[in-house]
Amino acid sequence: MSTRVAESPASLADPDELALGLPESYLSAGSTLGSWLTTTDHKRIAILYALSVTLFFFIGGVAATMVRLELFTPQADLVGADTYNKLFTLHGVIMVWFFLIPSIPTTFGNFLLPLMIGARDLAFPKLNLASWYLNVLGGLTTTAAVLAGGIDTGWTFYVPYSTTFSNTAVTVGVMGVFISGFSTIATGVNFIATTHLLRAPGMTWFRLPLFVWAMYTTSIIFVLATPVLALTLILVAAERTLGLPIFDPARGGDPILYQHLFWFYSHPAVYIMLLPGMGIVSEVITCFARRRIFGYEFMVYALVAIAVIGFFTWGHHMFTSGMSPYAALIFSFLSFVVAVPSAIKVFNWTATLYRGQVGFESPMLYVLGYIGLFTVGGLTGLFLASIPIDVHVQDTYFVVAHFHYIMVGATVSAYFAGLHFWWPKFTGRMYPETWAKFAAVLMFFGFNLTFFPQFIAGYLGMPRRYHVYPPEFQVWNVLSSSGAAVLAAAYLMPLGYLTWSLFFGARAVNDPWNASGLEWRTTSPPPRDNFFGRPAVLGKPYNYHPEGAEPVHDQPRMPSQGSLT
Amino acid sequence: MPAWLMPVAASTQAAKVDRIFIGLTLVSAVIVLLVVGLVVTFAIRFRRGSKADRGPLPEVVSREFEIGWTAATLFVFVFIFWWAASAEIGAFSPPKDALEIHVVGKQWMWKTQGSNGAREINELHVPVGVPVRLVLTSQDVIHSFYVPAFRLKRDAVPDQTTEAWFQATKTGTFQLMCSEYCGTDHARMLGRVIVMEPQDYAAWLSAQPEGDDLAHQGERLFSEKGCSGCHAPGSSVHAPSLAGIWGQAVQLDGGKLATVDAAYIRDSILQPARDIVAGYAPVMPSFKGLLSDGEIQALTAYIRSLGAGPREIRTPGVPPLSSRVPGAQPARSPAMVPGAPVLDTPAPAGPAVRP
Amino acid sequence: MSDPAIATEALLREPWDGLKLPEEQALSYQRTGATFGIWIFIASEVLFFGALFLFYTAVRAEHAEAFAAAARETNIVYGTVNTALLLTSGLTAAAASRASEHAALIRLTRWCLVATALLGLAFLVVKGLEYREDIAEHLVPGPGFKLPEASAQLFFGFYWLSTAIHGIHLMIGIGLVARLIVIGWRHPERIPGNPQVEVTLLYWGFVDMVWLFLYPALYLAGRSG
Repeated sequence: MSTRVAESPASLADPDELALGLPESYLSAGSTLGSWLTTTDHKRIAILYALSVTLFFFIGGVAATMVRLELFTPQADLVGADTYNKLFTLHGVIMVWFFLIPSIPTTFGNFLLPLMIGARDLAFPKLNLASWYLNVLGGLTTTAAVLAGGIDTGWTFYVPYSTTFSNTAVTVGVMGVFISGFSTIATGVNFIATTHLLRAPGMTWFRLPLFVWAMYTTSIIFVLATPVLALTLILVAAERTLGLPIFDPARGGDPILYQHLFWFYSHPAVYIMLLPGMGIVSEVITCFARRRIFGYEFMVYALVAIAVIGFFTWGHHMFTSGMSPYAALIFSFLSFVVAVPSAIKVFNWTATLYRGQVGFESPMLYVLGYIGLFTVGGLTGLFLASIPIDVHVQDTYFVVAHFHYIMVGATVSAYFAGLHFWWPKFTGRMYPETWAKFAAVLMFFGFNLTFFPQFIAGYLGMPRRYHVYPPEFQVWNVLSSSGAAVLAAAYLMPLGYLTWSLFFGARAVNDPWNASGLEWRTTSPPPRDNFFGRPAVLGKPYNYHPEGAEPVHDQPRMPSQGSLT
Repeated sequence: MPAWLMPVAASTQAAKVDRIFIGLTLVSAVIVLLVVGLVVTFAIRFRRGSKADRGPLPEVVSREFEIGWTAATLFVFVFIFWWAASAEIGAFSPPKDALEIHVVGKQWMWKTQGSNGAREINELHVPVGVPVRLVLTSQDVIHSFYVPAFRLKRDAVPDQTTEAWFQATKTGTFQLMCSEYCGTDHARMLGRVIVMEPQDYAAWLSAQPEGDDLAHQGERLFSEKGCSGCHAPGSSVHAPSLAGIWGQAVQLDGGKLATVDAAYIRDSILQPARDIVAGYAPVMPSFKGLLSDGEIQALTAYIRSLGAGPREIRTPGVPPLSSRVPGAQPARSPAMVPGAPVLDTPAPAGPAVRP
Repeated sequence: MSDPAIATEALLREPWDGLKLPEEQALSYQRTGATFGIWIFIASEVLFFGALFLFYTAVRAEHAEAFAAAARETNIVYGTVNTALLLTSGLTAAAASRASEHAALIRLTRWCLVATALLGLAFLVVKGLEYREDIAEHLVPGPGFKLPEASAQLFFGFYWLSTAIHGIHLMIGIGLVARLIVIGWRHPERIPGNPQVEVTLLYWGFVDMVWLFLYPALYLAGRSG
């Protein structure tokens, strides 16, 4: 176990491996900035994405911190109304489009999808690099809107406020999101084509790891929902800049039509944020329970069902808009139905633990936290699917708490679970486990302290997007803001110890968790071409114990191609 | 439920919503306890190295489990849907004898007007036990009329009308808020709903002014003196509409800007040829000697009562944003059209001050 | 596909060259991949234009008469000529795509590509003439608009936006076809069997199809019945 200081990530590769005559790792394939910025290696592009989404996560996080600080008291003491409006808009826009949507697919998906199906790269490597540039360009454009004075419309860009009334940099911000949409579509096309065409011999559809299924279903939503958002944003920008009448009610336009178009994208987008996390959880929970996933086929059907039904529930964001009550009933019904496959997934994860050999390493702690937070988030979704309750809590902190439980509590927990699980594979280094466990526990409690009080404040009637509020809500906001401080600490910790591990962490073996996936059957970090020779797949995923036999703790695995352990 | 966990319930719908909410909370609590309980139990019992029995799972059992809990979940969810939906269907349409109240949202205030003529700003007086039908619209962006104690929320959409209804069950003063984000002072777009005993309400109603204040005199003058012949929408004469111009900057011939205030209106009535609004012909005759100062004041009050319209959003150098294009039909809310009922000047949130 | 004159080696791209397949099979598989990819992208584009047509349908349903009146203001002659131009370009594009499968038909491929690009350009020229006439007739939404109804401006909002978006798509298409022409001119051996030919021309076909929906929506809507 070496504790040498490495000058750059590229020198992380073990020189001993080179001495063995093995291909060098993808990290040492070139250490110049140019070699990174022109790479077509899916693994390096994943690292580029990891850097950019981390940057955007902290930009969005700073805005969230300011919001929570302002809400500590009922008065406007820290920032005024306009600044506050710009802060929550910045938080929403950056977190949704430049962190949550790209986070798991573009980092873990990019890195792991080819490895998990035994491919050398994605189907269109140049397109993949172009996606990253588009994503960064979009992110920078949106950030530029902040420098140009900010946007104060909320992340939903509701018309006619965004088209006619807001005098902030809406057009620039909207264009940033539009550009990043191309990135998303290109990633989706790439993932779908890769999954269809580049699976290794023997990797049939029902042998795919659930993470790959999650990427595949997410990509379908990428491809089919994003263009609707792109067109909607063009309409907003055209109305603002060219003065074309589109949604302007004074000239016959219909602001409610905008909401239909927007939510046709943005509701499936929730599943873009959700499904990849589900994929990670399935990978991690099987590994640390040493158990096959319970009901693999049902897990696949559940992912597909969520992706498909998720396209038909958008109207539940508009129950108070005056839409036809009959349409509202249909959307309400479908919103209940889409919760069923989510429930199946939770039950199956729980059942996977049964008769396992459950270990509590840090990725597993994050996953156990995920199950709890996702259950709460999912069940509060049923409250919002019930029209009478939704009418009361729509646009209150109840909704805020609900979607943070799903998108932050669940998905960000899954993101950190995946980050810790695959960190040895990405970097070839181990992180300090005690710190990681501490961060996982802190994140869980910090999260609940931040967002659970918001359910209560919301049901009591505190509307969202209020920088000043009636004093009776203060107790809940103080709790929430205190929790946010804990949560912020928990989010900063991995940044510290993971960076530390890059330089001082112990060298990772190829398969530190004794996991079953194909991505562990190569070196850590993997070589440019991923595998030594072309891997073949002989059985179902999550092969943690022989069929019909009981699981064994840390059962020795057959050394397979490319494995050095 | 303790008061600090549940908001006051002061309408017939509130009781129904709370019943569903509490029911759903109980169901959810059971599911959370079940899931978390099982996860914790399994994680501890089957922790690595424990002595628990770990035989293989028979394939048949796992299939039946899957189908079993899928069906059970579906059943529970559809049941909740049915329960919530039936409460909603029962509340679709208001009773026929409902009191009708018109609500107009604008940045950042609520104007209400009963069919009996009582007008209020950021306040709404209603009798207890009487169904009240709200007809909502907005003058600018989307707002949402939210009274937590009634579990009532409905968006007010510009140039569309939406409807909602409630029947208060308790007297008292209840918070009214805007819950659809509408710009800078969204958080200050607050008001009060005052629920009174029917006899108190009748007394309050009769104490309301008949509406013959200065602005109303101006409104009469506006048609008597022939102003409406040109300045009303649909007039064959091409004259600027006066709706919503109060306090706004208008573009004059020759590139100057003028702010519409009392002095400007006075000048425009008495020396119409001096400042011509860009895009219009100087056709208006002077009313010098035809109107007294008092009458000019009344007209000014009337124009002022038509509202300030949306905030000026154009910045110099930036192309005009759609809806306020000169010459386009200013088809705003009927409340802002000359000849429509007079509206009061904006009052700050909080205890209402009647003019 | 197994035409001996196809320059497989020059056309193979990563990661398709790493599949441990014979080169010709690998190229054929790469072509499958490229075609599959563009079909997914076209599915995405269908939803993009689908949202645009949804907007049209919703607004037209709300303002049927104003829409009919406004649609009568469009110039059906230009519209019909353009439809004919684009349909013909679809024919040459399809011919180019089929001819590119055979090395012996390189000249035909090249001429068909040139004809496709020229027909596309002709469409844009006609569109430009039509825009000039529309501007002269005050059909641009805003002050001084020709028709009195406010909602007639909505139709022309859609008209300008949809034709501009379609025009941008067509320009991208012309650019991609021009790129193939340049490749075919400099390296004639790189055209036969090149997956990019089919990908480009499938995209061209899609842009054609969009016009076939725009044409009735813009030009025929006010003139039926």
